[in-house]
This record gives sequence, structure tokens and C-alpha cells, in this order.
Amino acid sequence: MHRRKLLSGILLAPFAAYAADGTVVIRNAKILTVTKGSLEGSILIRDGKIVEVGPNVNAPAGAKVIDAGGQYVMPGIIDCHSHIATDAVNEGAVSVSSMTGTGDTVNPEDIGIYRALAGGVTTANILHGSANAIGGKNVVIKMRWGKDTPEIVFDGAMPGIKFALGENPKRRGGASEGGLNTRLRYPATRMGVEDVIREAFTDAKAYKAALDDYNARVAKGERLIQPRRDLKLEPLVEVLEGKRFVHAHCYRADEILMLLRVADEFGFKIRTLQHVLEGYKVAKEIKEHGAGASTFSDWWSYKVEAFDAIPYNAALMHKKGVLVSLNSDSGELMRHLNQEAAKTVRYGGLTDDEALALITINPAKQLAIDNRVGSIEPGKDADLVIYDKHPLSNYAKVQKVFIDGQVYFDRDTDMNERAAKAERKKALAEKQKAAARPAGNGRRPQ
Amino acid sequence: MKLAAFLLATAAFAADDSFVLRNVTIHPVTSADIPNATLVVTGGKIADFGPKAAIPKGAKVIDAKGLHVYPGLIDSASNVGMSEISSVRESGDVNELGDFNPQLRAVSSVNPSSDHIPVTRGNGVTASLIYPGGGIIGGQAALMHLDGWTWEEMAVERNITMQMRIPTTTTSTFSQTFGAGRRPFAETKRRYEERLKLTGEFFEQARAYQRRKAAGGGGFTVDRKLEAMLPILEGKEQLLVFAARERAVKDALAFAAKENVKIVLAGVREPGTAVKEIAERKIPVILGETLELPLEEDSPYDSPFTLPGELYKAGVTFAFGTFSVQFARNLPFQAANAVGFGLPYEEALKAVTINAARIWGVDDRIGSIDKGKWADLILTDGDPLEGRSQVKQMWIQGRPVSLETRHTRLYEQYTKRP
Repeated sequence: MHRRKLLSGILLAPFAAYAADGTVVIRNAKILTVTKGSLEGSILIRDGKIVEVGPNVNAPAGAKVIDAGGQYVMPGIIDCHSHIATDAVNEGAVSVSSMTGTGDTVNPEDIGIYRALAGGVTTANILHGSANAIGGKNVVIKMRWGKDTPEIVFDGAMPGIKFALGENPKRRGGASEGGLNTRLRYPATRMGVEDVIREAFTDAKAYKAALDDYNARVAKGERLIQPRRDLKLEPLVEVLEGKRFVHAHCYRADEILMLLRVADEFGFKIRTLQHVLEGYKVAKEIKEHGAGASTFSDWWSYKVEAFDAIPYNAALMHKKGVLVSLNSDSGELMRHLNQEAAKTVRYGGLTDDEALALITINPAKQLAIDNRVGSIEPGKDADLVIYDKHPLSNYAKVQKVFIDGQVYFDRDTDMNERAAKAERKKALAEKQKAAARPAGNGRRPQ
Repeated sequence: MKLAAFLLATAAFAADDSFVLRNVTIHPVTSADIPNATLVVTGGKIADFGPKAAIPKGAKVIDAKGLHVYPGLIDSASNVGMSEISSVRESGDVNELGDFNPQLRAVSSVNPSSDHIPVTRGNGVTASLIYPGGGIIGGQAALMHLDGWTWEEMAVERNITMQMRIPTTTTSTFSQTFGAGRRPFAETKRRYEERLKLTGEFFEQARAYQRRKAAGGGGFTVDRKLEAMLPILEGKEQLLVFAARERAVKDALAFAAKENVKIVLAGVREPGTAVKEIAERKIPVILGETLELPLEEDSPYDSPFTLPGELYKAGVTFAFGTFSVQFARNLPFQAANAVGFGLPYEEALKAVTINAARIWGVDDRIGSIDKGKWADLILTDGDPLEGRSQVKQMWIQGRPVSLETRHTRLYEQYTKRP
């Protein structure tokens, strides 16, 4: 903790250059709207929202003007699967950990936020890990680096929960790990994973029935004791009521189909299938169910269930009518999702706009925040990235990132501040060294 | 005599390793690009190229209008063919037990049937330096063509360098059972010093062995570990020393100076002030992945991206390695990523072709389009370092090599699913 404080003092840069209620014009830009084609022109921003996009915009006198110098502007990248900015990822002791949530452990000082920003990411879905068949709740954040926890949360995003199928949730049910046989946990098979989900939703239905009955009778004027609140089943009731999205980690076609059928049976929807590396095999069924698919560009072979993964997965599912996004699941990959999108042009022949949609408007739709972000359109949040080259080029680099019309990353500022930061770090380190040395009386400060 | 020569030429052109590319843009790497040119391959080697290269009679001519030909890309560090599914121990042959295993050789543990070989080829990689790991000295690495019925056929050079990992002061630990952990600094320091000492002692033993062997006489018995060290001690072979951080790089440089051995540094990520000495001593570097996170929380966010450009400016010769199996196909993108952050494009391309070949001493055969070199070639619809480009065809020693992979087969199969 001490170290984090020391570092954050160096890293929290004063980026918020423009007042949120100010008017900003980005002019002389090649604008990739993603949903409405591309054009050369300007973007007018007021109160953090995009007001106008066109070859010429009606900029009021006194508006802050940013000359993009003919560079590219695209919507901020949205990562539908990330684990940055959270101090805890997996509650692995139980097979159903729906009582937990990543929103409880958000760390706004995680350097991963700044690094993601520098890679053009403005919004991310921070998911629980994949250790359990039913995992914890998620939180959607904006990369408002320098702000505190409540302010980095994406206000109004639909709540969600993580499910996980296949090797990860059944791992703890496996035989002894390094001779330790003491912590076996059901399930050990894909059958068991299905069973855990069925069991949990059977309980959730019963809980919902009890709650519904109670509410109906209370409405009729009966005086009753409220059913005991169940924090594990409550999120699952919300899933049954369509008030909470299911984001399900999965790999193999069989388990994907299993989950879709279990959801059909209990009457809820899978919002997104995460990783879904064999999604291309059951694209038809995924489309029929209406689930979105959020996958890697080219990861494969790191475990048995990833051996039939193909880099054509995103393109193939897209061509078969599935709503597809590309995610990172990694603080590193998150920094170049634009390059990952470019790979779908190589593998599967998507157009540039289709490729860009995989990291902008499609994940926005999957998270049901497409009314706010994901494209450059009037009325949407001014979450924008300026690249020096076309963002699908591997030579492109991020110059500036705006969230709600404010600059949160500026490459020039970052570069200019490096020398001073290095000096400050050196001075702090010296100070720390001096403080660690015993004082004159030989006693350390307690 | 004339007739015989003619027959020989005809026979050569009828063979599978002779052809002509016409209307192609040639990117030799060692000289300027040539648009609208002809490239002649005879008997697996580049016979001629240029705007006016003559097309031999009877030659198989491929019209490559609108396309580009480059030398095949070279990955200077991978484990392709030595591991199939990384989480399945039984499918892995990279890391042997024990601290000093110079006698081990990667070459014969490269599985020519690995699905990773065609997948890696798919993005234009024709050769790879395949290294073993484990302990301090992991064994001998091989430079392999990514094609061949057997590992013997794949090998360009069987034992080309010796993998070594300089001991470091790493306090973080990881075990399958307990996950991530921390080792106390005092213990880490003791362990680090002990391992450096062990390494020095091993080299001392090897030198003693070298002297005993040279002296001849009775009582001399072969020690296979120490015997394998002789090419290193004699300066005939380079040590491939893995060192990521400044301290490790400095240790590696000091070690090389003390032991008087030739080294290539590998996996260098944050060398700090050691760059000057690397340049002065003309030590080649195999760069760690550019698509990586900085090692330190407060390192500049782009430090892995800018390092290749900084080394170039300092005058260091370097090549790129993927240090991977599943991501070996992303070699071109590792190189490309450095271009946006200060590395001249031509240097990025060289770092995955001719500079790699030079570092490994095989530039007489591969690494560029030059007369007499092997026809390890890729035909592309654009810049091979760009994600949106496609590799259309590949030849290794003039033989056409399939670009079909496990992935293209599954793609075709499931595209057809009604």
C-alpha cells in the first residue's frame, strides 16, 4: 500500500484540461464513425457529449479547438472482458460465488487503467474470474484515470454476472495438485458444471416463487415476515427477471450448447459468451438464442479446450449473424485491441468497418451501453481516440484519448512529464532510504 | 557439352524447386525494392532477379502482378515443435530437469508433425531458432526450416547456440499448487549469489576438462556435459544468454567478459544503462516481445515499444524472437509494433530477416533475396508486417510449401455447415 501511494503521487497527471461543460471542437480529422461511415471533418463536443459530426460544424466562439492535423479519430475502444482495476478476481472456494462482485474491489489507482487508456480503451467490462460455474458480479468502468472509485464506474450500465464452463471451473475437482488432496471441490466434470448451474437456478426459482408470493400477499394487505434475504440467489433471480446479464466463459461447442439449452429451459438469456473459442462450430445455435460472442483474435493451444480455436472465429461467427466483439482478458492485449481487430481482415476477410465494430459498437451493444458509447454519433458520450495512422495499421499509435469530452491521455504530455517524474521518483526513493536509516539515537521511528 | 548443360537446365526447371516470378515487386531487404521485376529460382536457389532478369526456357512462370516477394521471415527465439498444448505436460519437451544441461539438443525433439509449424508458416515465418529451456544452461538450440518430413530435413543448423539463463534476483515465485508468492529478499539474494557461483564453477570445471583433454594421456574420460561446453570455450559457438532487466544484463555482460565467451543476449526488456556497453562490445540482442507490459509499474507505458528504436539508435544489432509457441505466428506484428515508436521500417524488416541470419551466421544461405541464396520466399499482397496483409504463397529452398493449417481446415469445414 505504501508503495502504491508513493507511485500514484508520480503517476496521477493533471490531464483534465477542459471543463466538462466546455465546448470542444476536434477539427481537421479523418473521422471513423464506425456506424455512419468515414469522413474528413470536425466533431463538436458540448457537456461531454458529441453534438455534431460533419465536414463543417457550427463551433461557437470561444470553443476550445483541437487540430487533429489530418489524423484519425475513432470511438473509444470497449473491452468486453477485462480484470484490470480490481484487487480480487476469483473467489474460488465455492462453485457458486454469485454473492461476490468485482465492483466491491475496484482499485482506481491500478496502473492498468492508464496503460489501457494509452491503448485507446475508454470502457471495460471488469469480470469476476472463471474458477466457478457461477461466478461473481461484474462492474463496467470508464478509464477516468485520476478519479476515485465511484467516478470510474460506468453509471447506468446493466449489471451482470460471470459464469464459467469447462476446464477452469472443474479444475479444483481434479486429482491431487502437488500431492495436496485436501481441497477438492465439486464439480470435476462438464456434467458437474451443468449440474451446479441447474441446481443453482432450481434454488433461485424457488426463492423467486417465495418472494413473488410474499409480495403478492403483502400487496393484498396480509402482514407477513419477509423471506430471509439470500445474497447468493438474489443475483440469479435478477437473471431470471432479465435484470442482470450473464457473461459466460466457455470454450467447447458442447458446453456452449449445454448452457444455451439450460438457459432456454429456465427461461433466461445468455447475454454474452466469453472466449467462446469453438463458437464458430455452433454459430447457428448462438444466433438463435440471441447471445453475443466476445472472443480472442488468435489465442489457441494453451489448453486442451483451446486446441480447436481458430483465428477465423470472430469473422465466421460474424458472417453467420452473431453479434461479435474482440476482448483482451489481459492488461497487455488490452493495449492493442486495434491490432487484434486488424487480424480479422487477415483471417476471414472482414471489412475495415466490420473489424472496427468488433472493438467499439459491438461490445457496446453486448453491454447494452450502445446508446451512450461505441460510435461517433450526435448524442453519444465524447469518448474518442486520436491515432496518428489508420487504427487498423500496426504502425498506428494513440495520440490523445477523450472520455466525456475531457482529455485523459495525451502522448505529448506523457512524454514531456517523464523527466520530471523520474526526478521525483529518485527524490522519493532517496527520502525513503534516509527514513529507513536509524536516526541519531539509533531508534527507528515506530 | 552444350547439350548436356541444356538437359541439366531443363531437368532443373522440371523439378519442384525451380520457377520464375513475373511482374512482382521484389523486396530484397539488402538492397532497394524493385517494382515490376522478375525473380528466377533454379534448383532451390535464387539464380537471378531484377527488372530485366531473363526467363530461362521451359521455366514454370508464375504471374505475380500486384504482389510482393520478400525473403521468408526468421524468428530468432521460439519453442515451435517442442510443445503442443502448453497446459499439458506430456506434450511439452522444452524444460529438462537439472541446472546444467549443455549436452541436450533441441533439434531431435522438434516434432515435424506439430500443428504449430504450418500455423506459424501461415504468417510468413520460414525459419525459427528453436531453443530448450530449464535450469541455468538449458541445452543447444537449432535453427530449423519450418518444413520437412523429419527434423533432419528441417534443420538448417543443428546445434547453433547454447541456451543459458543468467541467475536473477527474482522475489516473485509461482507454483501450480500455491499460485503466486513472494520469497524474502535475503533468501533471494543468497540464492542468486549461490547460483552465480555455481555457474562460475561449472565453467571452471569445463576449462579444467578442456585442459585435461588437450594434455591427453591416460586417465582421461569423456564427460558429456563438459564436452558439450568446448565449442563455447573455444569461441566457436555463441551462448544465448537470457537477461531481461538492467541488473541481469550487466551480470551477463560481466560474465561473458570474465569467461571470455561470445554471447547473444536474449529476452532483453529493460536494459537501462547497459545499452552503451552492449553497443560498444558489439553484442547482438534477441529482443523480447514488444507486445508486452513494462516490467515495472512506473516504467513508461511504452517502454517495450520504444526499446528496439533505442537499441537501433545506440548501434546495437538485434533481431526479434517470439519466445513462444502459440504466438510464434505473431512475429511480424512484434516487429511492426516497434515501427510506430521510433524504429525505422527497414530496420524492423531486417530484424526478422537479414539481421537474424547474420546473428546466427547463416546469411550465406538465408535472410535476403540475393543471388546464390536459398529461395526461402514469401509472396504477399502487401507489407508482411501489417495485420491486414495476406501471405499468398511460400517457398522453402524453392519448394512450394502449403499454407493450409489446422485453422484453415476447420474454417473451411465449418463455413460449410448449413
